[in-house]
Amino acid sequence: MKAVYALYRNPESAQRAFAHLKNAGIADRRITVLSSEPMEEYEFGQRDRGTIMTWLAAGGGLVGLIGAYLLTAITQKVWAIDTGGMPIVTNWTNMIVIFELTMLSAIVTTVITLLITANIPSWKKPQLYDPLVSEGRILIGVTNPSNPSLIESTLQSTGGGGVIKKIE
Amino acid sequence: MIHHRVKPTDRNMIEDLLRPVLYTTWRFYVAVAILGGIVLAGLSTWMYQAYNGLVVTGDNWPVYWGFHETNFVFWIGISHAGTLISAILRICNATWRRPVTRCAEAITAFALMIGGIFPLIHLGRPWLAWWLLPYPSERGIWPNYRSPLAWDFFAINTYLLGSLLFLALPMIPDFALIRDRTTGMRHRIYGLLSKGWYGTPKQWHRLESAMHIMALAIIPVAVSVHTIVSFDFSMAVVPMWHSTIFGPYFVAGAIFSGIAALIIAMAILRKMLHLEKYLEPIHFQNLGKLLFTMSMLWGYFVFNERLTTWYGNGTAEMPVFHATQSGRYASLFWFMVFCNFVMPFPFLAIRRMRTITGTVIASCGVVVGMWLERFLIVVPSLSYKSTSYSWGHYTPRWPEVVIFSSSFAAMALLYLLFTKFVPMISLWELRVGEHSELKAAENVQAAEAAGELV
Repeated sequence: MKAVYALYRNPESAQRAFAHLKNAGIADRRITVLSSEPMEEYEFGQRDRGTIMTWLAAGGGLVGLIGAYLLTAITQKVWAIDTGGMPIVTNWTNMIVIFELTMLSAIVTTVITLLITANIPSWKKPQLYDPLVSEGRILIGVTNPSNPSLIESTLQSTGGGGVIKKIE
Repeated sequence: MIHHRVKPTDRNMIEDLLRPVLYTTWRFYVAVAILGGIVLAGLSTWMYQAYNGLVVTGDNWPVYWGFHETNFVFWIGISHAGTLISAILRICNATWRRPVTRCAEAITAFALMIGGIFPLIHLGRPWLAWWLLPYPSERGIWPNYRSPLAWDFFAINTYLLGSLLFLALPMIPDFALIRDRTTGMRHRIYGLLSKGWYGTPKQWHRLESAMHIMALAIIPVAVSVHTIVSFDFSMAVVPMWHSTIFGPYFVAGAIFSGIAALIIAMAILRKMLHLEKYLEPIHFQNLGKLLFTMSMLWGYFVFNERLTTWYGNGTAEMPVFHATQSGRYASLFWFMVFCNFVMPFPFLAIRRMRTITGTVIASCGVVVGMWLERFLIVVPSLSYKSTSYSWGHYTPRWPEVVIFSSSFAAMALLYLLFTKFVPMISLWELRVGEHSELKAAENVQAAEAAGELV
């Protein structure tokens, strides 16, 4: 694998590099962006923003609700206890259990969705990574570029103290 | 005087916050040994109690709930510090929350674990605890979803699991940071914990979305947990327990004691881990304001509860009322009012006194006062039940006191060990805060330069 990337100290320079790469005809998807914090104010940090996680969480909650209702109601019918003049299926008290399992199901669905969509844990090494990202640098780069010198000159022209690195 | 904060650089920030994780001093081992010794003493006492039976405790007819139940309610209350406060501040986008959230969320996780053990400690035969689970059995102990104890099981476990996940998810980027700065065994462990995290925009968006959804979900769960703990009492027809105010009263008290515990924990961490640049006076000021609000709310609830009981003049309730106002438990009651309402007032209401020391003093008072409040809810009502021939008193014995003390040591020990594995302040969240402040300042400068600001 070949790659050219630069590490920037500030997001403004990273944004410039990102914009220059796009202007140079590099497709958005081919540009790798890595940072040590969310950068939502910048165009490069807004990629892949759309998610249906909220809907999935709601769906998970609904499954939990139905499951909890069935668990409580069916159990009470199968092992009926006649207590204190209460009905056999006590929906008022069951609501507590149903509520807890609904929320638990929504939370667990959210976490599973996060892990799957963010690809965590993953045993595959990323195509491009530099430990300096953890130190606060922002990585902007392109893997397997058709014209590496163009990428290099584009990244160099953005300034901002970007350190150009090449993997060959 | 305007206080200009010296902002730490990114490198300093990383070094300051990772120092406790990467370097260990002899003080750490001494603290672990002392706290571990106290916890061991508590565990041994529990074994002694299990071997000899509950007869070694002060629990006796008619008061079968004493210190262990008080501790259960107290620790579940303390757990409300973290996840709930963190979730509320996250949803309100309170930027000052960033250095506070992890300290707070850790309190929730550990306090819930400790609180959850007390019902087991109270069982005469804890190895048969699984009999309490709702499952169909041949002995005719059938699942009973009408029992408040079954509700407790579901509520506490939901909150515990939710809180652990809420605490763990934002740690992943910090684990990746440690992974990249370490070698050997540490590198492998943190590499495993952050496997696959590289900081792509997609990963950040998903993490933030997940945290937002979980914050929304966990707030009602937190409220429900302490409401359900209050149901353990209010569902019983016992004088001064059978009350509709108990749900919100317990929730308010839990948040109150939780904030106090958070302030104390933050002050200790600030001093021990040298986090003065990150846990600033403003954080204590803001939490002090919250604590003051909760103190007022707590006073309001106590007044409501007491007034309606006194005005109703019920035959069953008045002996309990008198016992707490002017009888056997009066000194504890008025000391509780002093600790929760009178003493914190000047420290929290007067701005000049709302310092780190001031808020910590007030918080220590509140923690003591809230433990007494739990005790005064549990014991007097059982001591003075409806018929006078069934009255009796409760005095704790040494096993309860040792177990009670060791629960505090367990909390401190868990917290101490946690600081050894995880940075106590979320590095990436702190970076976002610094970055947002910088961006806002730049926007103001740009607007000024363009003449948009008058």
